[in-house]
Amino acid sequence: MAILDRIKPDFLKSRNISTGPFRQMFNYSRIWRWAMLLTALVTLLPLVLITTLDYQVTRKSIESEHLLRTLRVGSNAKRTISYFLSERVSALSFIVRAKTYEELNDPDELAALLQNLRESFGGFVDLGVIDNSGVQTAYAGPYALQGKDYSDQEWCKEVRDKGFFISDVFLGFRKVPHLVISVRHTRPDGSCYILRTAIETQKFNEILTALELSGRGDAFLINRQGVIQTPTRYQKAIFEKIPYQVPEFSEHTEIREDTNPEGQPVIICSAYIPDSPYILIILKHKNDMMQSWNQTRIKLIGFLAISITVILLAIFAFTTYFVNNMYLADERRLMTLHEMEYSNKLASIGRLAAGVAHEINNPLAIINEKAGLIKDLFTYTDSYSADTRIMGLIDSVLSSVERCGIITKRLLGFARHMEGTLESISIGNIISEVLGFLHKEAEYRNISVMVNLDPTIPEFTSDRGKLQQILLNIVNNAFAAMAIGGRLKIDARKDNAGQISVSIADNGCGMTEEELGKIYEPFYSTKTKTGGTGLGLSITYGLVQDLGGRIKVASKKGEGTTFTIVLPLQPPTTTGK
Amino acid sequence: MSEKILLIDDEVDFLSAMAERMEARDMKVSTASSAKEGLEKAMAGSFDAVILDLRMPEMDGIETLKKLKEKNPDLEVILLTGHATIKDGIEAMKLGALDLLEKPADINALTEKIKTAQAKKMLIVEKKNEAMIKKIMATRGW
Repeated sequence: MAILDRIKPDFLKSRNISTGPFRQMFNYSRIWRWAMLLTALVTLLPLVLITTLDYQVTRKSIESEHLLRTLRVGSNAKRTISYFLSERVSALSFIVRAKTYEELNDPDELAALLQNLRESFGGFVDLGVIDNSGVQTAYAGPYALQGKDYSDQEWCKEVRDKGFFISDVFLGFRKVPHLVISVRHTRPDGSCYILRTAIETQKFNEILTALELSGRGDAFLINRQGVIQTPTRYQKAIFEKIPYQVPEFSEHTEIREDTNPEGQPVIICSAYIPDSPYILIILKHKNDMMQSWNQTRIKLIGFLAISITVILLAIFAFTTYFVNNMYLADERRLMTLHEMEYSNKLASIGRLAAGVAHEINNPLAIINEKAGLIKDLFTYTDSYSADTRIMGLIDSVLSSVERCGIITKRLLGFARHMEGTLESISIGNIISEVLGFLHKEAEYRNISVMVNLDPTIPEFTSDRGKLQQILLNIVNNAFAAMAIGGRLKIDARKDNAGQISVSIADNGCGMTEEELGKIYEPFYSTKTKTGGTGLGLSITYGLVQDLGGRIKVASKKGEGTTFTIVLPLQPPTTTGK
Repeated sequence: MSEKILLIDDEVDFLSAMAERMEARDMKVSTASSAKEGLEKAMAGSFDAVILDLRMPEMDGIETLKKLKEKNPDLEVILLTGHATIKDGIEAMKLGALDLLEKPADINALTEKIKTAQAKKMLIVEKKNEAMIKKIMATRGW
């Protein structure tokens, strides 16, 4: 809490005075809050907006670039596979056109053809001829499939209708995945036969695995039912169904987003291979694909966070600094206003007092003379001169007049700004002179006086009489405030501003806050019963002002009072009014 | 020996009481309630001292003092005022006033001042006489 209090700006500590002549010009904590808020808003809003926009745009562009690349890879792979299949279909078409049915039914010829195909294309496993009724009439290959009847099989019907057929991938007798391609040929007599071959899918797999795919990418074929046809890297095993929806037919390569069974987003690129039951699938994990983006994103967010922190700190520092300075300036203005009001008040009281004193002095002089005359008359009249009561009454009138006279003279002294004589003064001398007046009293009342003089104080120019009166008044008051055995401490030193500061501290009865506010006002006295006129400090205040100095007081009821007088080394150039 | 005093003050009440008190102290007092009247009386008779109020209507104390001193430089003047300023004091001293007292003034203090004034006047008169005697002695050549 203590640290918080220390760093807390001044304006937040003050309570706002909202009414009266001494209210502050603004509500500083509100200004501070609004300034912070608005500055933060106008600086951070564009920054955040731009960054968000940039974030979105960059993310979109990176994403679309990746999609485009995947699409291109898909298209290329589709073409390659399509070409691979049509090449083999064309090879069979060529054979049925080049060879007669009889030639193909010759086992040696068929074996030679298979050998040629293997050598020129590779991947061909066997070759068979199926007659119109669906019975395999000739066969060359590793299995004993001659005479096998295919008439009830679906593909057999399809090849008769369409002219050629490419089968799904299946495991043959050797448990090696392969596919079957069949071509129909119509003989000149109108009957038709089918040339059928099984091809290992090894080549397919090579094409697909050769694709370089980022982001845990996977390229494989499925059939129209979604059954996996070629080995995959990360997906399910061959001949299992993919856990995604089979894409709808489209002539072009398509791309879509989906989520995998683990709930992660994936990109699925699909292409129907024409004239075949296959669909090429390229599957990528979106998160892996966007890996590079993630790094950029972290940098972007980091930059934003650091910028916001720096901006907020700067705004906080500047706003606090400016508002605090504004507040302090306003405080100084108020203080000056206070001081001005106070000195104006004292000055007008002074003028009033002078007027009153002057007006009263004349009638007072008349009273004095009349009473004096009465006294004279009585003194020279035998019958009255012996009357002590009457003489006492007159004496009391005269002494009251005298007391009034003293008061009016002091009032005039308070109001008067006399042109004093300036001379070079040593503060030590003045203090000892003043203490000299009170030496006897101090001794009598057992008051100890300590004087602490800074030896570096130079001699300075001031009015000796006024200074004496100032110090005498204050020391007198201090004596009056202290009981027997009191302690008076006088401290004279040179302050930082090069002025002479004299503090007079007593451990007397002290004053309350309320009393402190009135001490410089004329006729305010706490010693009215013991003959105080309430003018001493008013006069002192005026005298200190005359010397171009300041007087300050600090007091605590029951603990004592400290008066501090600050005097310039040179008196002000405009003396008196 | 009784002193001859001229009192000039615009406050008639003050004037009468003061005059009576001074007469009670064996002084011969003439009074004037305005500066003009005071000047006339000062010229008509010979006074040991003039007691002059500083603040009066028409012509103030300083002005009156100037005129008095113009006509009779040897006349001793004591100024009396309800509100003395240093400026007034200096001005009065420059013009040759004997003193400046503040109202309400103590009658005894005032009496003292008057006695001083008279003594001073006597001294001047004696010196004049002496000078005259010396002059006569020098010219007649006893």
